[in-house]
Amino acid sequence: MKPVLEIANLRVGFSDGTAAVRGISLNVLPGETHCLVGESGCGKSVTALSVMSLLGRGAKRSAEVMRFHDRDLTRMSDREMARLRGDKMAMIFQEPMTSLNPAYTVGSQMAEVLERHRHVSRAQGLDRAAALLGHVGITAPGMRLSQYPHQLSGGLRQRVMIAMALMCEPELLIADEPTTALDVTVQAQILRLLQGLQRQLGLALLLITHDLGIVARMAQRVSVMYAGQIVESATAEALFAAPAHPYTQGLLNCVPIPGKTPRDQPLGSIPGVVPRIGAGFIGCAFRDRCTHATTACSGDIPRRSVAQHHETLCTMAPS
Amino acid sequence: MIEVREAVRHFAGRTGLFSADRVVRAVDGVSFNLESGGVLGIVGESGCGKSTLGRMILGLLPPSAGKILVDGQDLGVLDRRERARLIQPVFQDPFSSLNPRQRVREIVGLPLAAQGALPAAKQRELAMDMLARVGLPDAMADRFPAQLSGGQRQRVAIARALVLRPRIVVCDEPTSALDVSVQAQILNLLADLRKELGLTYIFISHNLAVVEHVATEVAVMYLGRFVEHATADALFADPRHPYTRALLASVLTAEPGIPIPDVGLGDTYPDPANIPSGCRFHPRCPMAIDRCRSETPIPRSRDGRVTECLLEA
Ligand SMILES: Nc1ncnc2c1ncn2[C@@H]1O[C@H](COP(=O)(O)OP(=O)(O)OP(=O)(O)O)[C@@H](O)[C@H]1O
Ligand SMILES: Nc1ncnc2c1ncn2[C@@H]1O[C@H](COP(=O)(O)OP(=O)(O)OP(=O)(O)O)[C@@H](O)[C@H]1O
Ligand SMILES: [Mg+2]
Ligand SMILES: [Mg+2]
Repeated sequence: MKPVLEIANLRVGFSDGTAAVRGISLNVLPGETHCLVGESGCGKSVTALSVMSLLGRGAKRSAEVMRFHDRDLTRMSDREMARLRGDKMAMIFQEPMTSLNPAYTVGSQMAEVLERHRHVSRAQGLDRAAALLGHVGITAPGMRLSQYPHQLSGGLRQRVMIAMALMCEPELLIADEPTTALDVTVQAQILRLLQGLQRQLGLALLLITHDLGIVARMAQRVSVMYAGQIVESATAEALFAAPAHPYTQGLLNCVPIPGKTPRDQPLGSIPGVVPRIGAGFIGCAFRDRCTHATTACSGDIPRRSVAQHHETLCTMAPS
Repeated sequence: MIEVREAVRHFAGRTGLFSADRVVRAVDGVSFNLESGGVLGIVGESGCGKSTLGRMILGLLPPSAGKILVDGQDLGVLDRRERARLIQPVFQDPFSSLNPRQRVREIVGLPLAAQGALPAAKQRELAMDMLARVGLPDAMADRFPAQLSGGQRQRVAIARALVLRPRIVVCDEPTSALDVSVQAQILNLLADLRKELGLTYIFISHNLAVVEHVATEVAVMYLGRFVEHATADALFADPRHPYTRALLASVLTAEPGIPIPDVGLGDTYPDPANIPSGCRFHPRCPMAIDRCRSETPIPRSRDGRVTECLLEA
């Protein structure tokens, strides 16, 4: 199957010298969920924003390949990108307030998306908006459409954003922590809705999440990021059954498990912080925090395959 | 430490330009006491009124009815500086609560500066110390919020809330943007401060595993009311309200290959401007009987826990 999104060797740097993304490659197939997980600040949102060409001015992006179906995203003009964004390629942002405009009602923002891309009337746009709000579990859509973002609860805002991203039936959806403000029953409904769209329309989903429960239930494939690189990539089964990279292993140990993790006792965590990664950084970025680190970890680390479709960036891995 | 009696908060919501106003009953009669040093976890459906309750406890939103006392006093009578030393918020949406034009160092130092008593060098030291404790390296201190990741911004908000060492902290989804290892670090920090300084927390979160870990007692909120309130141990071991059971059954454990659960609550969600008759949960309750449609349950205490369900009698 041909991927909907194909990325090879994506790099993003900021003007202050931060190397936020350092050569990542990944594909998302039609109907597939590819989860991106990793430590806060490792470059997940920057990766998502680069695909959408929404990085701010101080950022520099380069990639060997960045394709949406057959279209080369690296060569697209701002206007062409604007036409694609919110239409066939949509994004749900990590913080709803960054993408909702406080000065417009929910209804006018949602309807505007359809008017712009599909040239329908305002009334048709509002109809579709109301229907989608219903799908994401919002009652009294009429009232919600006439409200401003600040009048909504955190979870309502997040659901408005999800509905807005679905206005034009995208083929690729990049969802950055889409359910953090939702209670678990609503979360389950939204995830089932997305799975339904994947089955019916072949929606390809690049899902960024910290919630390993969501990863386990949604992902076909998982990429684990650390300090701007993908340090492990595997199917969901393989990742949970046999995590190869010490960072992934540490991550799986930090989750409190109800009934098992003793209360009154500190949770498992990974001591230390991510080092500052400048442009010339060499070696494994996790080595200072890794209990297995050797001198080899300061040199170039080859990407190795530990099993079929299971790769890791670690000197420990069998070659 | 915190005493809440029949607190109510209504909002006027409009359906359209020419239609009648609708009243959203965001918080609809909540009562509880929280002892000093306790951690009250509040969980519940999105839009059920958790943040509104939190804002009332912080004194940022006056109740439409009822009474809220913090440390024996009405927060309305305290001046801002006194209030800031007593109680601090960590808001749900870190992006909108941080001033985009201030550097991280200034944001975290501001509560100290507002107190006016400390020399600038000491302020700076305390701010930097708190940034380190939430796991932000020195290099981040000179950045603006837009130059940080979501989780880094959330940690700035936490550092700002803790820098004055207040006695109460109202945390609204404090770790929702954090990966599990940084989350563990923050939860451990909150627990340490509680031991060191005897802090009291209100801890609003959708993450039930986290709530179970940090809370001493848990309230489950549905459409503006506490439908169940018990110690954390009792609530997680023996959930009694059907909504609490549905919540616990919807938690996604990290086990691949298992489908996403459907706990049978249906897809019709409650409308806070049009609260159902009888038990407000009855239209979605898998166990509802005829009585639940007409009779309004009152909170019942049994074995030191409170449940608001007719089937619990
Ligand atoms: N405009 C910017 N200027 C400088 N550095 C930036 C800018 N935007 C992001 N960064 C840095 O790039 C790194 C990656 O950020 P990104 O937002 O992708 O993290 P993330 O993986 O999404 O983290 P989180 O899980 O906390 O959301 C971070 O260290 C962040 O501080
Ligand atoms: N300023 C406001 N004007 C009108 N309605 C409001 C306002 N603030 C909150 N509401 C309404 O009050 C209800 C409760 O909102 P609240 O933010 O307390 O929910 P919440 O429990 O925190 O939800 P979430 O988990 O989604 O954050 C919602 O229906 C919301 O739309
Ligand atoms: Mg992010
Ligand atoms: Mg809220």
